[in-house]
Amino acid sequence: MKRTSLKLALLGSTLMGTAAMAEDVTLTIESWRNDDLTLWQDQIIPAFEAANPGIKVQFTPSAPAEYNAVLNSKLDAGSAGDLITCRPFDASLALYEAGHLTDLSGVEAMGNFSDVAKSAWQTDDGAVSFCVPMASVIHGFIYNKDAFNELGIDVPTTEDEFFAALDKIKEDGTYIPMAMGTNDQWEAATMGYNNIGPNYWKGEEGRQALIKGEQKLTDEAWTAPYATLARWGEYLGDGYEAQTYPDSQNIFTLGRAAVYPAGSWEISGFNAQADFEMGAFKPPVRNAGDTCYISDHTDIGIGMNAATENPEAAETFLAWVASPEFAEIFGNALPGFFPLSSTPVELQDPLAKEIVGWRDECESTIRSTYQILSRGTPNLENETWGASVAAIKGAKSPEELGAELQEGLASWYAPHQ
Amino acid sequence: MNRPRFRWHIVVFLAPAVLVYTAVMIFPLFNTLRLALYSEVDQSRVFVGLQNFQTLFFDPIWSEQFWNALGNNFWFFLIHMLVQNPIGIALAALLSHPRLRFSALYRSAIFIPTILSFVIVGFAWKLILSPIWGIAPSMLDAVGLKSLFAPWLGKEEYALTTLALISVWQFVGIPMMLIYAALLTIPEEILEAGEIDGITGASAFWKIKLPLILPSIGIISILTFVGNFNAFDLIYAAQGALAGPDFSTDILGTFMYRTFFGFQLQLGDPHMGSAIAGAMFAIILVGVCIYLFGIQTRMRRYQL
Repeated sequence: MKRTSLKLALLGSTLMGTAAMAEDVTLTIESWRNDDLTLWQDQIIPAFEAANPGIKVQFTPSAPAEYNAVLNSKLDAGSAGDLITCRPFDASLALYEAGHLTDLSGVEAMGNFSDVAKSAWQTDDGAVSFCVPMASVIHGFIYNKDAFNELGIDVPTTEDEFFAALDKIKEDGTYIPMAMGTNDQWEAATMGYNNIGPNYWKGEEGRQALIKGEQKLTDEAWTAPYATLARWGEYLGDGYEAQTYPDSQNIFTLGRAAVYPAGSWEISGFNAQADFEMGAFKPPVRNAGDTCYISDHTDIGIGMNAATENPEAAETFLAWVASPEFAEIFGNALPGFFPLSSTPVELQDPLAKEIVGWRDECESTIRSTYQILSRGTPNLENETWGASVAAIKGAKSPEELGAELQEGLASWYAPHQ
Repeated sequence: MNRPRFRWHIVVFLAPAVLVYTAVMIFPLFNTLRLALYSEVDQSRVFVGLQNFQTLFFDPIWSEQFWNALGNNFWFFLIHMLVQNPIGIALAALLSHPRLRFSALYRSAIFIPTILSFVIVGFAWKLILSPIWGIAPSMLDAVGLKSLFAPWLGKEEYALTTLALISVWQFVGIPMMLIYAALLTIPEEILEAGEIDGITGASAFWKIKLPLILPSIGIISILTFVGNFNAFDLIYAAQGALAGPDFSTDILGTFMYRTFFGFQLQLGDPHMGSAIAGAMFAIILVGVCIYLFGIQTRMRRYQL
């Protein structure tokens, strides 16, 4: 008798638990942005939950370098969250093709984005979109305004002025001219090669031509940035070979370096750390009066796990992410991650405003290696990391690097064979 | 006829260990080897036989990375054999000296790094050797040797050796402890007998103690071999999955990780990754077999 009642009680509580769950759906978001945890918890999620009672959202980020590996394992094991933050291009395309991401083409809110914004999360023919674009990042240089004023340096717009400014800082000796290391390798490619490169290969024009096989990595437009990077070596601090990414960030925010080759994602971190005034300048053009090109890289999207148990709630969330309301919260809470929504968003942060302003003056492009070209083995993006480091260290000539990269690309990519 | 009863208790007592070991070790091992024989074509898994191994060993793109990783692995192992084990033996010999004071303190101090996590060791040494915040440059500066400092972890020619020495620092306690234990088992009578024959001090070590601890040194060598060829953590913690600069610290473990799980834009390839894991397994197996059948069986043992 006693046992039966216990059983009934247990059964009852289970049923009640299930009922409660049916009322309150919890969505889990997979992400690599562990830096943004507080932002999601304090601003984005409360705003969404207030507008959509009955749906709870949990943001569960993992470390950026491990995200892809962790996510793939979780998806294969069936333990991944309902919503998946999408890396641009092939990583997410592979997830879609493997059936892990839902086709979102039919979602009405996708109309809020331009084709360029959606391009990072589409099939090659552009027929299917599988992630809602969230934000892009823009490359350029952040500088220490106090240092520039103290040394009487004007913001450089051409390459000659840029190196003249670095020479002046080096001569003075108070500041390390430029804060960047080669230990972690990716900065050299991302903040080096793909930062200054678009001015050489004329942005989209060169990038598309490279994908079509009309240009080669041995062309002057693609090797010349390495020659420029080779000149950077002498302006980086002592022992830059072992300097890591956090080292560089700290050196700059402690006011020990004058220029920081940057991605706009640094803004919020730098605002919190640096107690001097910062400014930004776009990658210097080769000759005065040239059209400028910037890397305005589609970086974050968000999609739906095809195996989710709550597709309606997940779709509600995605539609909200595509709305101007989200763009406004996100763009201002995370200055430096610029919303891709077609509705213009007014940004408050001066540094972010300055950088996003370049969109009006310059032609936008994305990083050269990201679309299609990093699909094979050897992986062009990873090879570019090594090549950019070798260029800065002066270990190899730009022509050698171009030849090596071209050989690797041609080994698997038909348009280059 | 009285047939012996089947001894069920043996099965019962063995079962838990066998089941757990099979589930977490044997099954994954063979499944990994099986995975190495497949490849993915158009989202489906197809059997390709030994093609993955052929790619790994003969395709120039893969083989260059593989031989580089294997070569680095051998260098990593060589440093351990030449530095870690002799130092371990020397420390054990010193510690077992009966008149050494505070030997328990030294023993613990030297052994402590062994229990630290790789992540802590990698991070701490990265900071120590950092050209920007590290204490290594300022310490060298204090004795006027600043010119000897280089950003070791960032230079292709030094990075692997530096990491190997960090690993030696971490693990020197293990050979020390094993040899120390072996030295303690040597009976006093033998040493006294030697003393009567005029063998004392250093020559007692070379002529009596060393031959008696040779089996332990053999075990340590094989443990070092297996440990080094399975190494991954320290390199990953200190240099990341790309094992920079320019793959100069890439060993089989990091190569396998990068291939299996993917890295940045490079997507994971479980089948090639398994092929590398299979090659690692084979290398270790061959090494252990050479030791077991080629060396251990010929080693002279002394009845103490």
